[in-house]
Amino acid sequence: MKNPSNRRHFIKRTTLSSLGALLGAEIVYALPEGYLPLALSQEKDPATPFGKHEEMVVLNDQPWNVEAQAHLLDDVVTPADKMFIRNNGIIPENIAVDKWTLTIKGESSRQEKTYSLEELKAKFSQHSYHLVLECGGNGRSEFYPPADGNQWTVGAVSCAKWTGIRLRDVLQDVGIQDNAVYIGYYGADTHLSRDPNKNPISRGIPISKAMEDQTLLAFAMNDRDIPIAHGHPLRLIASGFPASVSGKWIHTLAVRDRVHDGEKMAPPSYAVPCEPVEPGTNVANENMCTIDKMPVKSLITYPKSGAILRENQKLNIRGHAWTGSQNISKMAYSIDFGATWQSCNLRPAVNPYAWQQFEAEIDFPQKGYYEVWAKATDNEGNSQPMLPPGWNPKGYLNNACHRIAIKVS
Amino acid sequence: MQHLPGNLRLLMGAGLLVLMLIGFGIYFQSFTEAPPADGEIRNADKPLAVEGVENEIKDGIHEPTGFIASEGLDLVIAHCTACHSAKLVTQNRADREGWKKMIRWMQATQNLWELGEQEEAILDYLSENYAPVKTGRRPPLTDIEWYELKE
Repeated sequence: MKNPSNRRHFIKRTTLSSLGALLGAEIVYALPEGYLPLALSQEKDPATPFGKHEEMVVLNDQPWNVEAQAHLLDDVVTPADKMFIRNNGIIPENIAVDKWTLTIKGESSRQEKTYSLEELKAKFSQHSYHLVLECGGNGRSEFYPPADGNQWTVGAVSCAKWTGIRLRDVLQDVGIQDNAVYIGYYGADTHLSRDPNKNPISRGIPISKAMEDQTLLAFAMNDRDIPIAHGHPLRLIASGFPASVSGKWIHTLAVRDRVHDGEKMAPPSYAVPCEPVEPGTNVANENMCTIDKMPVKSLITYPKSGAILRENQKLNIRGHAWTGSQNISKMAYSIDFGATWQSCNLRPAVNPYAWQQFEAEIDFPQKGYYEVWAKATDNEGNSQPMLPPGWNPKGYLNNACHRIAIKVS
Repeated sequence: MQHLPGNLRLLMGAGLLVLMLIGFGIYFQSFTEAPPADGEIRNADKPLAVEGVENEIKDGIHEPTGFIASEGLDLVIAHCTACHSAKLVTQNRADREGWKKMIRWMQATQNLWELGEQEEAILDYLSENYAPVKTGRRPPLTDIEWYELKE
C-alpha cells in the first residue's frame, strides 16, 4: 500500500476497511500516483490500523476506537503503536500543517486572535511532560447493568511524552476577562452523520485547569509529530480529567463566561450521578455532574496474564499507578484475593500527572491457581476498590483493582 | 376486460402501472440510498439500501457486519450502519428500554432520523439478540491464554 500503482488499486484497498469514509471523493479522484494522504498512509493495513501494534483491540472502526491490553502498556513512556484511540467523529482528511491556525475567541476573550502553528512554536516557550491520558469510560465493560458505548476493558490509558506550549501562556497573550470560567475547544474532525454544522465533540476545561503548568497545546508526542489519530498537528492535553477534554485537531478555543456548552459537554456525556444511585437507576440529566477528576488506578503490565511458573520460581511483577489528584503514595499486591496485601516498590512521578512505576517480587506458597491483584493508594488515602465502584448510567470511572492469572505447577 | 374498448384498456393498464410505480416508490422510500461507492463520503442522512443480506450469512452471523442473523437484520443494517460501525451495536447489551433510550439519544443529538413503524421491529431485534447477560459484580477471569514464563 506504500506506493499504489494506480487509482483503481487504491480505491479497491479502501474497501477493505471502512477507511473509505475518511476520504472525500474529490481527494480520491485527485490523488496523484504514489501519493497517499496522511490519514490513509497511517491507516495502511486494516489488521493494524494507524500502524498500531497487532495485539491492539479494535472496538469500533467507524468512528475508530482501539484499546491496548495491559501487557502492551509495559513501557514507562507509551509508544505510539500502543496508545489507545478514542474518536467521536471522523478523522480530518485534509491537514495542511503550513496553513494550520489556532483562533482564540469567545465572550470572555479580550480579543479574537489567530496564530499560525509556526507562530505558536516560535513565540511561546516549549515544555515537555509525561502525561497520562485515560478515557473516562475505561473499564466500562465491567458495569452491570451494562452501560452503553464502547466497551473498554483496561486499555484506554496511556502516558506519552507530550511537547507543546502552555495554554496559560497563549491565553495571557490574548488576554482573558475576569469573568472567564471555561475554555471550550473546536477540532477539525467531522460528525459521523457528515453534517458540516455538527461537531462530533467540543468539550473543554475550567479556567483553573487551563492555567496549570502541565496543560498544553501540544504539537509533538514522544519527540515526533503527533500521529494523525492522536490529534496532529495540534491538540489540547489536560491530564487528570477524562481524556475527552484533551481535544484533538484543535483550530479554535473559546474563552467562555459560562461552562462550555459544546457537543458532549452536558450530561449525560462524561457525567456521573451527583449522588450515588442503585445500579440500573434512571438518572435525570440535571442530577448528573460532569467528571473533573480521574480516580486512583493501576495496571500490572508484566507479566502478561496467564503465566505458568514452576514450583519455587519467583515472579517479578511490574506496572504503573496514576491518579487525577496529586500522587500515588502506596502500592500493594495480593495473591489471596485481598485477604493480605504486600507492598510494592514505588517510584515517584517524573512530573505531575505522569504515571508512577511499581515492582515486586512474589513467592508463591504452594502449587495452584493464583490471581495477582494490584491496589494503588493516593496521598489522601483513596485507594482502588476490588469491585467495580459506584454504578453510573454511562459506565465511567471504573478504577477497580487490576488482576492477572498465574499458575504454579 | 374483453368488453371494454381498446383505448380504455390501454388507459387502465397505464394507470395500473403508475399505481405500481407509486407503490414501489413508497415501499423503497426509506431505501433510496445505495451503499457508498468505494472511497465515497457523503451525508448519512437516510438508511442504506440493503440487498442480498441472506447470501452473506455464515453460521448465523452476517459476515460483513458481525450482526446476528435474525428477523430484522436488514433493518438494523440499513438504519444503524449508515452512520457508525456495526461494532458499536454488537459490543453493547441492553434491554428494550435501554435500546430505545439509545435511539432517542441519537435522534435528539446525533441526526438519527425517525424510524417510524420499523422502530418496533428494530427494538425486537436488538432486545432479543443483544440483551444484557448477568455477569455478577466481578466474574472470574476468563479466556486466559496460558504460557510458560521463563525465569
